[in-house]
Amino acid sequence: MSKSKNKVERIMSYIFFICGIVAIAAVFAITIYMIASGVPAISQIGLKEMLFSTEWAPTAADPKYGILYIILTSIVGTTLAIIIGVPIAVLTAVFLSEIAPKPLAKVVKPAVELLAGIPSVVYGLLGILIIKPIIYKIELLVFAGDTGHQMTGGANLISAVLVLAVMILPTVINVSQTSLQAVPKHLRSSSYALGATKIYTVFKVVIPSAKSGIITAIVMGVGRAIGEAMAITMVAGNSVNLPLPFNSVRFLTTGIVSEMSYSSGLHRQALFTIGLVLFVFIMLINVILNVTLKKAGDDE
Amino acid sequence: MTLYKKKKRPADMLLLGLVYFAGAFTALLLLGIIVYVAARGIGSIDWTFLSTVKSVAKGTYGILGYMVNTLYIIIITLVIATPIGIGAAVYLCEYAKPGKIVSFIEFATETLSGIPSIIFGLFGMAFFGVSCHLGFSILCGSLTLTIMILPIIIRTTQEAIKTVPESYRQGALGLGAEKWHIIRTIVIPSALPGIVTAVILAVGRIVGESAALLFTAGSSYILPKTLASVFPHILESGGTMTIGLYLEMSEGNNDNAFGIALILIILVLGINALTKLISGKLSKKQGSQE
Repeated sequence: MSKSKNKVERIMSYIFFICGIVAIAAVFAITIYMIASGVPAISQIGLKEMLFSTEWAPTAADPKYGILYIILTSIVGTTLAIIIGVPIAVLTAVFLSEIAPKPLAKVVKPAVELLAGIPSVVYGLLGILIIKPIIYKIELLVFAGDTGHQMTGGANLISAVLVLAVMILPTVINVSQTSLQAVPKHLRSSSYALGATKIYTVFKVVIPSAKSGIITAIVMGVGRAIGEAMAITMVAGNSVNLPLPFNSVRFLTTGIVSEMSYSSGLHRQALFTIGLVLFVFIMLINVILNVTLKKAGDDE
Repeated sequence: MTLYKKKKRPADMLLLGLVYFAGAFTALLLLGIIVYVAARGIGSIDWTFLSTVKSVAKGTYGILGYMVNTLYIIIITLVIATPIGIGAAVYLCEYAKPGKIVSFIEFATETLSGIPSIIFGLFGMAFFGVSCHLGFSILCGSLTLTIMILPIIIRTTQEAIKTVPESYRQGALGLGAEKWHIIRTIVIPSALPGIVTAVILAVGRIVGESAALLFTAGSSYILPKTLASVFPHILESGGTMTIGLYLEMSEGNNDNAFGIALILIILVLGINALTKLISGKLSKKQGSQE
């Protein structure tokens, strides 16, 4: 064998290795940059001042950079979206993998895939034109004659939560469905042999066996909801408030989107700190996912 | 507790009803979205809408600039990301021995796919935009998206390479072929349909992306004027269709926004159908081999 051929082999193996570690390099670079751009504002404003005070007024004469309400909004909003979205998603997954006759599953399955493909700005547009007016009508009913409440015109926490709940559906459905289908047949057969009905088997045998997969699905849904920006920028109202259902609120993501374009100096650095907080949440979710995925793997 | 008690039945029916309701809800949700967007958007789409850029002087609106920018970003992103992604998949499947590096790369890929696009946007702005002095430009946006779509390409290609039968490699090895030669002439051609699927999936992700591009590629809709400026346009700011939609939406021009939304949905439908077609062909091919 000629030497030059050997050389090509060696070079190619290095090239493939370099391609392989690009992903690692990217994760490192993102982590370093998020920390490096998020920390200056913290050191200038003070960690406690920033994370635990509630007033956000970066452009005022005496600027305030408290992001507690923004963090709370992201946590509360995500939790509510999960509470609304997950039951629908898991039941749809059950429908697809256990209950649906084949022709029906053939209609619903592509629908789920397409829902995942629709760009988030389109969800935002629909949120503004469909969900916002409905919520505004409800708001008018609930707060009729209440002078203490500032009307949001439907741009509030509930509207944003509903948009988020729809957006997590495809993720949660797909992952739950995979884990439901992985439940071994003999568990179902044993349950039937004991005289259990189909639906009883699904809810008492199949779903519990797929538990870790469904938990993984939910955690992925949390990641999707907490990181979504463009779909909820226009429906959340965007004032920094305590996350109550009919309050105009600002999420971690929407805060960045709405102010980045005109921010400068410490204000911009503070926005990067909000990004860092979001990044920390996402990394936590990633670690949890890694653990649950391993667990799901061990179960099989 | 016995299962034969009739008492159990109403609960069964209720649960079954709920399951059917959820399935119907999901399907109708999509149908509702498509019908609504189509009904609101179809009126805005005409030749001016598709073939011009927004003109304040004439008072007309068009999305050609956004469409051209989207195309730019798709092409540049794919040109950079596809070789790296395929290379990484080949490394993971053919070169790496199971161990720390492999699990580290897989962990990094997982992590990347879990990072929301707004974080990519911030990183792209700070790293490619500021540190690499690219500012708001199509290249800056494309480089940011490269990192974002890398996991899709790596994973889908990996799946495709895994389905290449081991006997192919051993046959080639027996004939005295070396590793790179085997990869070039056997592994990659056999995995090609999977790689094409990966690329199409990535295109779908790029077309729908907005948050990662807002702070990296910017929002300009100006077309490259002369033939000579086609290439330098890469270094200019350029908004994609999703950014155009976002701008129209925030200015309250809902008709224009729905026009763009309809085109985006048609693209997504098309891309979805295309992946189905290719993966369908792929599984047929595999079926015939068995």
